[in-house]
Amino acid sequence: MEYQIKNISPNNLEQCIKCTICTVYCPVLAVNPDYPGPKQAGPDGERYRLKNPEFYDAALKYCLNCKRCEVACPSNVKIGDIIQTARIRYDKRPVSLRDRMLASTDFMGKMATSMSFIVNTALRMPLTKSVMDLTLGIDHHRSFPAYSSETFESWMRRKAPDQSRFPRRLSYFHGCFVNYNNPALGRDFVKLMNAIGYGVSLLEKERCCGVAKIANKMVDEARRDARLNIGSIRKAVSQGRPVIATSSTCVFTIRDEYPHLLDVDNADVRDSIQLATAFINRLVDEGRVKLVFRKDYRRRITYHTPCHMQKLGWSIHSVSLLRSIPGITLVPLESSCCGIAGTYGFKKENYAYSQAIGRELFDRIIEAGVDLVATDCETCKMQIEMSTGVKVENPVTILAEALDVEATMKANGVI
Amino acid sequence: MKYDTIIIGGGLSGLMAGVKLARSGSKVAIISSGQSALHFYSGSFGLLGHAGGKELLHPLEAIGSLPAGHPYSKIGAESIPALADDAKRIFADAGLTFIGDASKNHFRLTPLGLCEPSWLTMDDYATCENPSETGWRKATIINFKGFLDFLPGFLADGLKKHDLPCNYAEITLPAIERLRRNSSEMRAAAIAKVLKGPVLEMLAAEINRAAGDSDVVFMPAVVGIDSEQPVRELRSMVIPKLLCVPVLPMSVCGMRSQIRLRRYFEQLGGTYFLGDNVTRGYMEGPVLKEIETANLSGMSLQADNFILATGSFFSQGLAAEPDRIYEPVLGADVEAPADRSLWCGKSIFDNQPYMQFGVVTDRDFHVMFNGVPAGNVYAVGAILGGSNPIREGSGGGVAILSALQVARNIIAAGRADMSEAQA
Ligand SMILES: Cc1cc2nc3c(=O)[nH]c(=O)nc-3n(C[C@H](O)[C@H](O)[C@H](O)COP(=O)(O)OP(=O)(O)OC[C@H]3O[C@@H](n4cnc5c(N)ncnc54)[C@H](O)[C@@H]3O)c2cc1C
Ligand code: SF4
Ligand code: SF4
Repeated sequence: MEYQIKNISPNNLEQCIKCTICTVYCPVLAVNPDYPGPKQAGPDGERYRLKNPEFYDAALKYCLNCKRCEVACPSNVKIGDIIQTARIRYDKRPVSLRDRMLASTDFMGKMATSMSFIVNTALRMPLTKSVMDLTLGIDHHRSFPAYSSETFESWMRRKAPDQSRFPRRLSYFHGCFVNYNNPALGRDFVKLMNAIGYGVSLLEKERCCGVAKIANKMVDEARRDARLNIGSIRKAVSQGRPVIATSSTCVFTIRDEYPHLLDVDNADVRDSIQLATAFINRLVDEGRVKLVFRKDYRRRITYHTPCHMQKLGWSIHSVSLLRSIPGITLVPLESSCCGIAGTYGFKKENYAYSQAIGRELFDRIIEAGVDLVATDCETCKMQIEMSTGVKVENPVTILAEALDVEATMKANGVI
Repeated sequence: MKYDTIIIGGGLSGLMAGVKLARSGSKVAIISSGQSALHFYSGSFGLLGHAGGKELLHPLEAIGSLPAGHPYSKIGAESIPALADDAKRIFADAGLTFIGDASKNHFRLTPLGLCEPSWLTMDDYATCENPSETGWRKATIINFKGFLDFLPGFLADGLKKHDLPCNYAEITLPAIERLRRNSSEMRAAAIAKVLKGPVLEMLAAEINRAAGDSDVVFMPAVVGIDSEQPVRELRSMVIPKLLCVPVLPMSVCGMRSQIRLRRYFEQLGGTYFLGDNVTRGYMEGPVLKEIETANLSGMSLQADNFILATGSFFSQGLAAEPDRIYEPVLGADVEAPADRSLWCGKSIFDNQPYMQFGVVTDRDFHVMFNGVPAGNVYAVGAILGGSNPIREGSGGGVAILSALQVARNIIAAGRADMSEAQA
């Protein structure tokens, strides 16, 4: 028995009973016959690779790291982790310029926000798009998200209302998208948290969570950023501030991919890293916080479950909060992958697969006839907006918009 | 989060209990760590196909002579017909059409061309009332080129024993050819995903061409992953009678059952957590107060009643170590001998005692802890001890009927509580 226990690897490779359930839930396998699929790329292939790394198959790059295979596996095999670890360990091809650019979200963001007008205009021009398509292999169908002229961080430092007057405190992991492209979401988060009595601070230092770097095999860089982030998070937690993010992918990466893929230990702070909706819903559920909504807010919306949210198992939190808004009609939407997977769908060679994967979801969203799609992931937002024309917002933005701030503050004893 | 009932495990039994409770207006959550045994489903649920070494035509008559520990003995033979009718209604409302009746077994055609007694079979499949009078005169068996999980030769050999002349045709379509690029993944579910819309029309034309003057066509069950609609469409375009035969997993009809039942459960207001693992429960005396899961750690999940529907060894509802067999979530009592040599039969085709192991319950399926029945924890489905699904052909029946029985009791107890409170 002891022998057996010692031979169970952290990713549960040995637990695979070859049932093939994972293969039928892989979004890539359904559209791309050149992908070996989760079972073959994961536990089966790993047995060969352990014998000889030569067995590494370059087609593993098609994996979205969506973890839908893991969610389906009845034997708790960490299939996605096995595949990503194999890519990190065995794929020795150099990282291309394009991949480096796509993955360096904070470097690119810093450059772009400082000259946002020029960059936004340029990125929208058909000429730029076809040049990027031809020279870099960034698909010309894609639009880059517009860069904001002021980062969220600089707004927090210069313009945010005084945060020290609130009875409770938390730190916000805003992520690159909020900082450079969608600071409005960050402001909504501050508004919402303030209304329930939480003052918001930035982390001492924040780098990109690293999801894009991991996907593009820039592991050393990702690990460096991860260590820095965990350092800042530790400091916040030691000062009694939980760390809350509005992006499901950032949260998932920091909580689970850091230890699983980057060997960055976070066990001491993992429970204190939370998604905004999960954090708030728990407070509401325990009766510690009350949200009061405006009477005049009316929307027909649906909630899209991002893959990492599915893996975290937390869509219940976002959905419960949205349901609690009286003016909202929530149309159910079956969970399925939108196909973008961060930087994956931006690559020319993946574009067609990316859209084929998302097709079903797009059709269902269009059919649902909603005013708005809610989702906790920024790249799902880009993908769904581009492919359906329907506006997508983070649940936090919707909550902030529907909130009766004064009444909520009163209900929570903030004023 | 507080629910009326929390069900641990979202396979056939968890879903049936969940749907029944949600239909009565209860607030129900199902937590399931992964997909279920339905993915290996043959297309038929057995009630009782064999007993005392004999093939059964009238299962209800044999239930009275089962041992007292058998789940059917606990339900009681007299309660089974009503529960069985209820099951059919629930399936129909979920969009799943079955044929069959508890009072009399019909026969399903196996991939080896044999006829096995069965209770409920999905309408897609080949069945007959009497194996010696199938009514089929001449058959064409078709398969897709490159599809290795269906063995027409075996089927044809079996059918010859019924004096049914068969011819065989291999079909291919561009959409299917594309799948062959990944030969190891060219399996039932992958084919089902492309068989829709215009591809179905092309398939129907190919089948009609291959069928010649046959009055029946047997094809692998690879149509309709989330609804019966594609099967209906295909049948309306094929001239002979079109019947499906089970293939190696994944079972397309099994996935359809899983998807449909879950969708129906959610439509009824139920909450289904997929990919989360219940890790432990907190008991106060004989009462389970709350449970903890891997994803929702720190969040208390409370309910008035809990149903353990975590399946057998396959789904990790039961776990085996070299010196013990145990129930890993709540630590419920398990009936299994300590002596390891008594767990397995010598040959794979022998009776396998471990198939009969399971958690111990009282007559109302209350789970026992150290010999004492819990007040609010029930067990249903494959985790129950006392039956041998393979030997008896009773897996589906035990899962469905135990689930409905427990749900019915919970609903009745709730009503009794309410009228007591009113009085
Ligand atoms: C391979 C195979 C093929 C079969 N084919 C047939 C057939 O064709 N016809 C027939 O009548 N019967 C068949 N059976 C018998 C089968 O057991 C029953 O029909 C029925 O499907 C059992 O349903 P269940 O819900 O009790 O268990 P399962 O379907 O096993 O479901 C249990 C669920 O609980 C989940 N779970 C386990 N532990 C936890 C936990 N800690 N937390 C949360 N969730 C958990 C699992 O992930 C799983 O989804 C087959 C069984 C097997 C194993
Ligand atoms: S679902 Fe899990 S156990 Fe089944 S083949 Fe895939 S990895 Fe293995
Ligand atoms: S992580 Fe997603 S894309 Fe990769 S193998 Fe699993 S299901 Fe397929």
